[in-house]
Amino acid sequence: MLSRVADSIYWLNRYVERAENVARFVDVNLNLLLDSPTGMAQQWEPIVLTTGDLPVFKERYGTATADNVIQFLTVDGDYPNSILSCLRAARENARSVREVISSEMWQQVNSFYLMVTEAAQSGTLRDLSSLLRFFEEVKMASHLFAGVMNATMTHNEGWHFGQIGRLLERADKTARILDVKYFILLPSVKDVGSTLDELQWIALLKSASAYEMYRKRGLHRITPMDVAEFLILEQEFPRSIRFCVMQAERSLHQITGTRIGTWQTPVERALGRLRTDLDYLTIEDIFEKGLHEFLDDLQSRMNEVGKKTFETFFALEAVS
Amino acid sequence: MQFNDYEPGDFYDELFVARGQPRPEAVPLIDRINSLSVEEVQRRQQAAQIALFKMGVTFNVYSDGQGTERIFPFDIIPRIVSAQEWETLEQGLKQRIYALNLFIGDVYGEQKILRDSVIPAELIFSATGFLKPCIGLEPPGGIWCHITGTDLVRDRDGRWYVLEDNLRCPSGVSYVLENRRVMKSTFPLVFNTMAIQPVEDYSSHLLETLLNLAPEHLSDPTVVVLTPGIYNSAYFEHSFLAQQMGVELVEGRDLVVQDGYLQMRTTKGLQRVDVVYRRIDDDFIDPLAFRADSLLGVPGLMDVYRSGRVAIANALGTGVADDKVIYSYVPQMIRYYLNEEPILSNVPTYLCWEPQQQKHVLANLDSLVVKAANESGGYGMLVGPHATQQQREEFAERIKATPRNYIAQPTLCLSRVPTLFENHFEGCHVDLRPYILYGKQIYINPGGLTRVALRKGSLVVNSSQGGGSKDTWVVCK
Repeated sequence: MLSRVADSIYWLNRYVERAENVARFVDVNLNLLLDSPTGMAQQWEPIVLTTGDLPVFKERYGTATADNVIQFLTVDGDYPNSILSCLRAARENARSVREVISSEMWQQVNSFYLMVTEAAQSGTLRDLSSLLRFFEEVKMASHLFAGVMNATMTHNEGWHFGQIGRLLERADKTARILDVKYFILLPSVKDVGSTLDELQWIALLKSASAYEMYRKRGLHRITPMDVAEFLILEQEFPRSIRFCVMQAERSLHQITGTRIGTWQTPVERALGRLRTDLDYLTIEDIFEKGLHEFLDDLQSRMNEVGKKTFETFFALEAVS
Repeated sequence: MQFNDYEPGDFYDELFVARGQPRPEAVPLIDRINSLSVEEVQRRQQAAQIALFKMGVTFNVYSDGQGTERIFPFDIIPRIVSAQEWETLEQGLKQRIYALNLFIGDVYGEQKILRDSVIPAELIFSATGFLKPCIGLEPPGGIWCHITGTDLVRDRDGRWYVLEDNLRCPSGVSYVLENRRVMKSTFPLVFNTMAIQPVEDYSSHLLETLLNLAPEHLSDPTVVVLTPGIYNSAYFEHSFLAQQMGVELVEGRDLVVQDGYLQMRTTKGLQRVDVVYRRIDDDFIDPLAFRADSLLGVPGLMDVYRSGRVAIANALGTGVADDKVIYSYVPQMIRYYLNEEPILSNVPTYLCWEPQQQKHVLANLDSLVVKAANESGGYGMLVGPHATQQQREEFAERIKATPRNYIAQPTLCLSRVPTLFENHFEGCHVDLRPYILYGKQIYINPGGLTRVALRKGSLVVNSSQGGGSKDTWVVCK
């Protein structure tokens, strides 16, 4: 498969997944606000903080309010990680590989893009109910894309590159969602473990579509450690970090033909080490290190995997 | 929705002999439309447009900034060509491609036609499409023009004329295929009652034509489509054809010449390429051989091509026959190489290069269309009857300065096809571009792209100038 094509399928999936996760971020905060006791300050800065783009935001918008954060994250065409920009990039990538992906995939990403641009242009994303509906649609469209891709594209090399893109993006964003809680301030120390605290953890689970699955897992009560364990280490939940890393590794080895547990390329080594670490970690280990510190470290290791994927498969420097 | 009010006027109408009197081959279609309500016809028109938009059947326009995608306007009233008429067209086009192919081989080979003074040698050597590096080339099977889209028009009397031959990278065939797909869901019943020749196997024929160029000993040759990239106006088509044939769509940056072969960069290293269907003009294909500033092509490709280790369709150098001055000699070529009379006529053409003819052109600028010899897409032309005095004077100066670059033709009165305008039909002028493949045999896709001038009274059908398209139905015998 052409390196350029593999790269585009990888980014097509990353961008669709990214758009979905941005929708999740904003959606959960909106829901949280609806549940918050009146008079409590709205906290929008943490949402921007988790994107890693707070400086960009501050420079352009100043103080974080509901309106400008939503504007920034959803329809700001100049901010490369807004939902609108993600879809534009996803569509451009799809357009450059239309002959490789199925036409159903193209149609889905195309109508997804049209839906988002239409919403951006119509200016209807002002009232709460249309915003909530919009985020719902974004999430569904992303699911639909993944489903269409699963069902209509041969599970060949290109498909596996797409999987790696989607799964790495998802693992990264689950880590960031979990990190949001670190930045959301409770009114006072005595609120730890309070209804408000629990509400926030529930909101967090919901933003990862993990609430119901978490409840079903046996231990029904909501505690910070259990939530973190579920989102980081759960083997079978499709948005947990460990699940994503495991599946990404599988796809990687399908591409290279190397047996899992062995490696030939730097990317196999980096991803393999990350997966093994997650296999043997306990949530106690993580909390001992500090959840925020652990997530920080995890993100930089996943960035490393992304970088090595690029170097191994996509880099197009001239052949001597 | 009734055709009762439709006025064919003083034109050749493709669907009507006279007011209220459809051509025999169009009767089932006209009956069907007459049985539908206005709203129903409008609904179908709208559904067809939406379907094309959803499928992303678009072309790019450079002029408005960053290359916006536009949908190619589509009208659901098809043009219909009778079986008999098509047979004549087919024979005429085959004859023309044979002769053109022999001509191109000749000018890069023995140059007999020049020695025999059938065509003045200086016209060939001054043609921008004539590429010196191609002299002495021997493409596989002696075929140069594998894929051709020839533009035809019909005059007021119903006679067909060849307007131009597009031998470099003719585009538009993807619209033929997608339009047909949409038309089948627009008028399924009509398709059931009328026997319309299918166009869908074009991609298979194209793949066969390309495979035919690979060396015989290769059991599984690698074919690619070479595109300038997503900002090219015909990008949709490049990707569509690659997809339909199941071959890689590559850009220049995916390719490299190494170990004497053309290779593409894959996730598993370099892989040899055997046949290239290029959608890049000659000048841009190899910066070492042609334009040094081009980033679209592949350095060193010409050497690989010359050594016969890669095949290219169309062959490099075919653009010499796209020159509108050379075009005017095609009837002579047919007589010279085939010893036959041309079945299809050229549009009468005046060469400004010849003093007598130039004089005539300058004296009649208000009734002629003047075209630059090497422009396409409706650029660089003067439509005399619609031009201002100042424009005509400017063109006269240009003609006198570089007479080799200009030809002039009488303004033809293009035939018309009824076209939906809100709640009634209007006759709009059309041309026709059938697609011809030259592989083991010559195959002509039955139909082709009918382009329609959607502005009232306009004669310009180019997509870049506000034209649209219609499906073309060739009925079976």
